[in-house]
Amino acid sequence: MTNFTTPSRRSLLRGAAAGGLLAATGLPIGRAFAADLVVGFIYVGPRDDYGYNQAQAEGAAALKKLAGVKVVEEEKVPETIAVEKTMESMINLDGAKLLFPTSFGYYNPHMLKLAKKYPAVRFEHCGGLWTEGAPKNAGSYFGYIDEAQYLAGIVAGHTSKTGKLGFIAAKPIPQVLRNINAFTLGARSVNPNATTQVIFTGDWSLPVKEAEASNSLIDQGVDVLTCHVDSPKVVMETAERRGVFCSGYHVNQAPLAPKGYLTGAEWAWSGLFTSMVDAVKTGKPIPNLVRGGLKEGLVKTSAYGPAVGEAARKQADAVKARFLDSGFVIFKGPLKDNKGAVVIPAGQEQGQTDLRLESMNYLVEGVLGALA
Amino acid sequence: MTRSDGWAATIDAVAIPVLAIVVALVLFGAFVAIYGVDPFAAYGLMFEGAFGSAFSWQNSLLRSAPLILTALCTALPARAGLVVIGAEGALALGGLAAAAVGHALDGANGMVTVTVMAVAAAVIGGAWVALAGALRYWRGVNETIASLLLVYIAIALFNHLVEGPLRDPASLNKPSTPPIADDAMIGAIPGFDVHWGLVTGVLLCLAFWVLIERTTIGFAIRLIGDNQKAARLAGLRLGGYVLVVCALGGAAAGLAGLYEVAAVHGQANASLLVGYGFTGILVSFLARHNPLAIIPVAILIGGIGASGGLLQRRLDLPDAAVLVLQGILFVTILASETMYGRIRWRLPSLVAARRPA
Repeated sequence: MTNFTTPSRRSLLRGAAAGGLLAATGLPIGRAFAADLVVGFIYVGPRDDYGYNQAQAEGAAALKKLAGVKVVEEEKVPETIAVEKTMESMINLDGAKLLFPTSFGYYNPHMLKLAKKYPAVRFEHCGGLWTEGAPKNAGSYFGYIDEAQYLAGIVAGHTSKTGKLGFIAAKPIPQVLRNINAFTLGARSVNPNATTQVIFTGDWSLPVKEAEASNSLIDQGVDVLTCHVDSPKVVMETAERRGVFCSGYHVNQAPLAPKGYLTGAEWAWSGLFTSMVDAVKTGKPIPNLVRGGLKEGLVKTSAYGPAVGEAARKQADAVKARFLDSGFVIFKGPLKDNKGAVVIPAGQEQGQTDLRLESMNYLVEGVLGALA
Repeated sequence: MTRSDGWAATIDAVAIPVLAIVVALVLFGAFVAIYGVDPFAAYGLMFEGAFGSAFSWQNSLLRSAPLILTALCTALPARAGLVVIGAEGALALGGLAAAAVGHALDGANGMVTVTVMAVAAAVIGGAWVALAGALRYWRGVNETIASLLLVYIAIALFNHLVEGPLRDPASLNKPSTPPIADDAMIGAIPGFDVHWGLVTGVLLCLAFWVLIERTTIGFAIRLIGDNQKAARLAGLRLGGYVLVVCALGGAAAGLAGLYEVAAVHGQANASLLVGYGFTGILVSFLARHNPLAIIPVAILIGGIGASGGLLQRRLDLPDAAVLVLQGILFVTILASETMYGRIRWRLPSLVAARRPA
């Protein structure tokens, strides 16, 4: 044991050297997490919402396991000046070098403004569309989750006894319409008489309205429910309680509906986030616009539930295999909307990168419901 | 009257709210301790996040700016004895009016555009809340309920217009009105990261304080608030005053909408509706509807909001922690109302000696 009370000359010298070394590194002592790469995640809702935010938080959780990475998270941050201040606070007070503001409304003007102000920080946004002219240290990522919805539609079409499917959606915007249409096309590829009754609730998180919509759809004979809202929890629970099937969205909701859960369209962000962290650490460039589907591993389907039959599994797996070889196009002619107008003429295809899909403004034939 | 009546009232006005805040912080400390968090670590982080640096100060001030304006929407009518809680609706429609006018004047001089936008926001916001006052005065409808229901109508109208007739077709996945021109945007106060809404709010607070406390109109308003029958007997035309306080309050909330559009978002969309109008009610009550007190109270609430992020990030406290603190604060401050005039302050002899004989 060293004698602490009367230090030898040698230990004094050693101490002085260590002190000098510490000073020379210039580490701001007391500043939080100075040594690691600090990654900030910002969610618009609670991160355990069984939905959109949880999907992002599961990606963040994967980063927490990496050595040399410190994750800071803030939830329920509105799409206002508050998110600008949260980003700045993560940069200034936590030393964040990579930020994931994950809600759609964070992109413009908030994230773009901050990206201009802090060129040394990397910003990665979910759902936005990065375009030439936007800051180079900003980027946007998103997945073609309609591919997973198409597969879920196949399973739903097989499983439904009434041929009536229900879709509870937040707003009639292109991203949502794409999911409704893909789900319906998947279902009608197995049962041409299947219909999807859609209800728009008007906003992203309205649990009471979502429960009312679920009950009313079930009362009308719908026996498979799915949704595109921020948190599918209420829809899944209502379906299970009423004894009908359900198909999940955003994350795996099987624990909420162990009997009736068929499958679901899920995000798979951990791989992407890990590669982005690696790129920031090694200084490799990250593409500003990242898009991908099943093939790129950005989306996936939930494991099949007990109610899914052999035929449904086989057919869904076969189509999935075609997605994985990128040989399958969802939106192709002849395609009619639910008013009878031709939206894609025969012989034409709109692949995932087709910009016309980004401004989709129709419901396909077989969807019961209207946009306005 | 005792010798130190005036002093006691002044000390009351400062010491009681401070004591209430201290009690709230102690209770909040106990709350976080239940979560297994060191209360002093929480206090330290709250201070760091709210007022610990120039950045934190600006963060708090920026968050307080809309709250000052929406608080006035409750504070002014309150002085005339009305409990109005309709600021959110005035903010929504004021902001929408500003965005619509701003887009219509695209290409005009920036200063002119901003001025017209401000007038539109104030007029629409004022008219909307005055509607609650009019219903109260002429139809006897309870103004609290009326103003709250008008909020829901305003939001429905707002959503309908933003997602329908006023929607920018290019706003695909987040329906919004068309953006206003860059030169019609209200920038930050030079040298600061805080927009001019803060200055506007502070000036309006001062102006309304003078109006209420130092003018005959203000005297009439206070008289109506204290005793409506006496005011009527004194020959005051109640209807006019009721409409004026509601309209002025609504105009302030409408201006909050203007700054959200012209200083933050550049367009009107659902991001305007994040509850500033409702937090303003809290601010007004905490400030006991005194326009001057609204300023520090709004900064305090802004600071709590600013520090909430740090509590989440460093201590893993849930987001609701700051709501708990806000709730505790609300209760302790309202409970402390009963303390006014009941505490016998032992004045230092110095204070007593300085009073003229």
